Amino acid sequence: MSVQTAILACVLWPLAGALAVAACGERRRNLREAASLLTATSLFAVVAGVLLPAVSAGGRPRVEVCEVFPGVPLAFELEPLGMVFALLASGLWIVTTLYAIGYMRGHGEEHQTRFFVCFALAIAGALGVAFAANVFTLFVFYEAITLSTYPLVTHHGTPAAQRAGRLYLGILMGTSVAFLLLALIWTYTIAGTTEFTPGGILAGKAGEGTISVLLALFVFGSAKAALMPFHRWLPAAMVAPTPVSALLHAVAVVKAGVFTVMKVVVYVFGIDLVGSSAAGEVLTWVAAATILIGSCVALTKDNLKARLAYSTISQLAYIVLGAVLANELSILGGGMHIVMHAFGKITLFFCAGAILVGAHEGDVSRMRGLGRRMPFTMLAFLIGSLSVIGLPPLGGAWSKWNLALGAADAGQKAILGVLMVSSLLSVAYLMPVVARAFFSEPAGEPAPKGKGEPNGHARGEAPLLCVLPPVLTAAGCVALFFFAGELQALLEGIELR
Amino acid sequence: MDAQLPALQIVIPLLAAPLCVALRASRAAWLIAVTACWSSLAVAISLLRRVLAEGEAISYHVGGHAPPHGIELRVDALNAFVLVIVTGISAVVVSASRASLSEELPEKRHYLYFAATLLCMTGLLGMTVTGDAFNVFVFLEISSLSAYSLISMGRTRRALTAAYQYLVMGTLGGTFILLGIGLLYMATGSLNMADLAERLCGMESNRTVQAALAFIVLGASIKLALFPLHIWLPNAYAFAPAMVTAFLAATATKVAFYVLVRFLFGVFGTDFAFDAMHLDRVLMPLALLAMFSASTVAIFQRDLRRMLAFSSVAQIGYMVLGLSFASELGLAGGIVHLFNHAVIKSCLFLVMAAIAIGVGSTNIEDLRGIGRRMPLTMAAFVVGGLSLIGVPLTVGFVSKWILVRAALEAGLWPVAAMILASSLLAVVYVWRVVEVAWFQAPAEDAGALRRPPLGLVLSAWVLAAAALVFGVFTDATASVATRAARMLMEAGS
Repeated sequence: MSVQTAILACVLWPLAGALAVAACGERRRNLREAASLLTATSLFAVVAGVLLPAVSAGGRPRVEVCEVFPGVPLAFELEPLGMVFALLASGLWIVTTLYAIGYMRGHGEEHQTRFFVCFALAIAGALGVAFAANVFTLFVFYEAITLSTYPLVTHHGTPAAQRAGRLYLGILMGTSVAFLLLALIWTYTIAGTTEFTPGGILAGKAGEGTISVLLALFVFGSAKAALMPFHRWLPAAMVAPTPVSALLHAVAVVKAGVFTVMKVVVYVFGIDLVGSSAAGEVLTWVAAATILIGSCVALTKDNLKARLAYSTISQLAYIVLGAVLANELSILGGGMHIVMHAFGKITLFFCAGAILVGAHEGDVSRMRGLGRRMPFTMLAFLIGSLSVIGLPPLGGAWSKWNLALGAADAGQKAILGVLMVSSLLSVAYLMPVVARAFFSEPAGEPAPKGKGEPNGHARGEAPLLCVLPPVLTAAGCVALFFFAGELQALLEGIELR
Repeated sequence: MDAQLPALQIVIPLLAAPLCVALRASRAAWLIAVTACWSSLAVAISLLRRVLAEGEAISYHVGGHAPPHGIELRVDALNAFVLVIVTGISAVVVSASRASLSEELPEKRHYLYFAATLLCMTGLLGMTVTGDAFNVFVFLEISSLSAYSLISMGRTRRALTAAYQYLVMGTLGGTFILLGIGLLYMATGSLNMADLAERLCGMESNRTVQAALAFIVLGASIKLALFPLHIWLPNAYAFAPAMVTAFLAATATKVAFYVLVRFLFGVFGTDFAFDAMHLDRVLMPLALLAMFSASTVAIFQRDLRRMLAFSSVAQIGYMVLGLSFASELGLAGGIVHLFNHAVIKSCLFLVMAAIAIGVGSTNIEDLRGIGRRMPLTMAAFVVGGLSLIGVPLTVGFVSKWILVRAALEAGLWPVAAMILASSLLAVVYVWRVVEVAWFQAPAEDAGALRRPPLGLVLSAWVLAAAALVFGVFTDATASVATRAARMLMEAGS
């Protein structure tokens, strides 16, 4: 298989998986789940086995599907940043599928076929975003992700879910059409192309003011990055089943947003242009504010998923910060944080879901003594938390380290301070969960029998398929600390100039 | 044979119409109408191919009398494109119409529908193909009169008032156009468009010519339902038989838009219409108002038909906006949107017809949960709706892309932002239906569904597929529109 074919296959393969899942339907659910797993593993095998070596060797294979507008083809091209995102999305899809099977069955959810179909479609969208060779292609798949995840967000069909769905679609589609599309067409009008090019395509083509406006349009247009004030959709989308929150709101959807920001900064503007523009400076502070405000709001949330949602908002802003600081180290740190945060946060979401399935608890204040009942889940939660906080020996340490170096390189001492404070804040909102679980007495078991008995997990862990994935991803957090060098080597292949 | 193609374009439906009346039987009339429509489409396509290959206009002298005194049929890239749209949509709609028609019209009267549709088509094709200003008026009246009768065939008595309202407004529009043409004749002594264009050079300060421009723009604006002259449209679309709506929505307003473009750019010229008379200062605000106000009204409609009708008014705003830039790119955007909107809206109206049969109502409240019960039909609605919003890889995106570029090129970035912002309103009104149909449980007392005729659903899908195909392979439509726009801009300046 040539690399070009493999690229196309990777985007189309999840679609084929979606068809297979739909064909199996509710009646053959075991076959359906097998189809999901098979698609996920084979996808990851191709991404890691065929595409990764090509990129590591310095190749930039490109494939054009068709020319939609003059000079604007629908095209894919591999480069290191996209490769990292593709690896992440396809790899975590496997774990999440395992988890989703356990969760959806354990929780007795309805419309499971629709759920797995939309899941596969969203992954296809994420791979399209990862491999996009120009802003236009990226925009196409960015919108595809929005549309395919909408049914996941409104999965329960309750009025609350539908309200959340409207907010989700309204903010994501609104910003992408009003800002991102405008920026895309504007870029095309100025530069005559939208191809991602090392060093950027806008340098010297437009005045300082236009560049600043464009940068702001791009960054706020990618509202999947949840930069304040366009972050409201993310906590709202937490009404979705937990596997959705895990993969889509810690990995595919939000990471598609920050990935867009990074890609645009590196390959459309070029880091020199961003570093010298006024908007870069302003956006640095917007990102810093989002980091702090997100952390503070997370402190106030008692619902665990809501707390994690605001933590995500704060952590995503790290990546945006890395992008708009625009130097080698900050880009490296941002790119690494995409991976590190994904592993940490997906662990936390998996645990939150396992607690929901196993103990029927969603509020932090009611999780006293849970550690004794669900030791594996809570240990995984601890490891995930430490990684998100950024302590060694966990992956999160490296990305924060590089981001801090990047901030120092840019001469932004205050930003260094922000990073420190935010780490402390994340200790404050994550550690109480673990502390309560392990060191508090169970709160007198307030009517636990009536709540937990029907499924029979009240006393122990959630089903195996709900516990294994967080343990795996927690192990991943540890492994990433020791193998961060490989990731760094890959990311250093990004041609910044 | 080839030389007679421009005349055949009018003659085929014109002869088929009385044939329908003579045969009377529903099936026979349908067969004749379908044959006439598809052969008209074949004629239109071969005309378009010839024009594009030869690169210059085909001139046909009716009765062998040479213009400017004889009547000339003149086909260039612009109207050949419009001919293909009108005949193509008619062919699909008429083919689908027999099954749906039985719901709304007794079988004895089917032949009247087919005859009136063919006559309406004759008028619309005549307006498009002719190079003679007075002929435009004659064919306009043919198409209008048959359209009034088509609308009045609606099931409820309110169809009659809707038809009457349209008749009053349409007659006003027609009369204004006639007055304008009369004034032009007074000032120049000619009725041939090409000849008029030459004679009007240097007459910018002539009051008679200025009045003619005003009358023609006003008349055409009524016919194409430019805000705020659109009040006839929602009722006409809502109460006409569903198939009539699908047909008219895609053809009548589009041809009226063509007439406006032809007069402004082909007869008066950009120098006169825009540089001297500053029409853009009138048309652009009205177009923007149409986009915003009609979309907003559409959001609050309870009935699917009226929602789609108001959405049409908004979409017409996009076309007029493109024209009002008075630039090659803007005009191309307007022309491309003419094509795209015709495809999208007729697709959606066919879906609406299928829903009306299946559910027995087009009230959005009653559509709860029908997505699972009529998946094929509602999937076509989703495709059409996404095109209307302008999601990438659908035709709606192509229009948006070109129009926004035109706005940016003209340095009007607030207008560019407004184009995109108004398309968000489309998200709201389209998604409201999608949410009800796909994500809400059916009502407890929901009656049994009837299966909509397969032909109807299939036709809707033909158009939905077209919306996707032309959204990816944009070259087919955009290059023709750009050529047409370039030709008009070069001729006009």
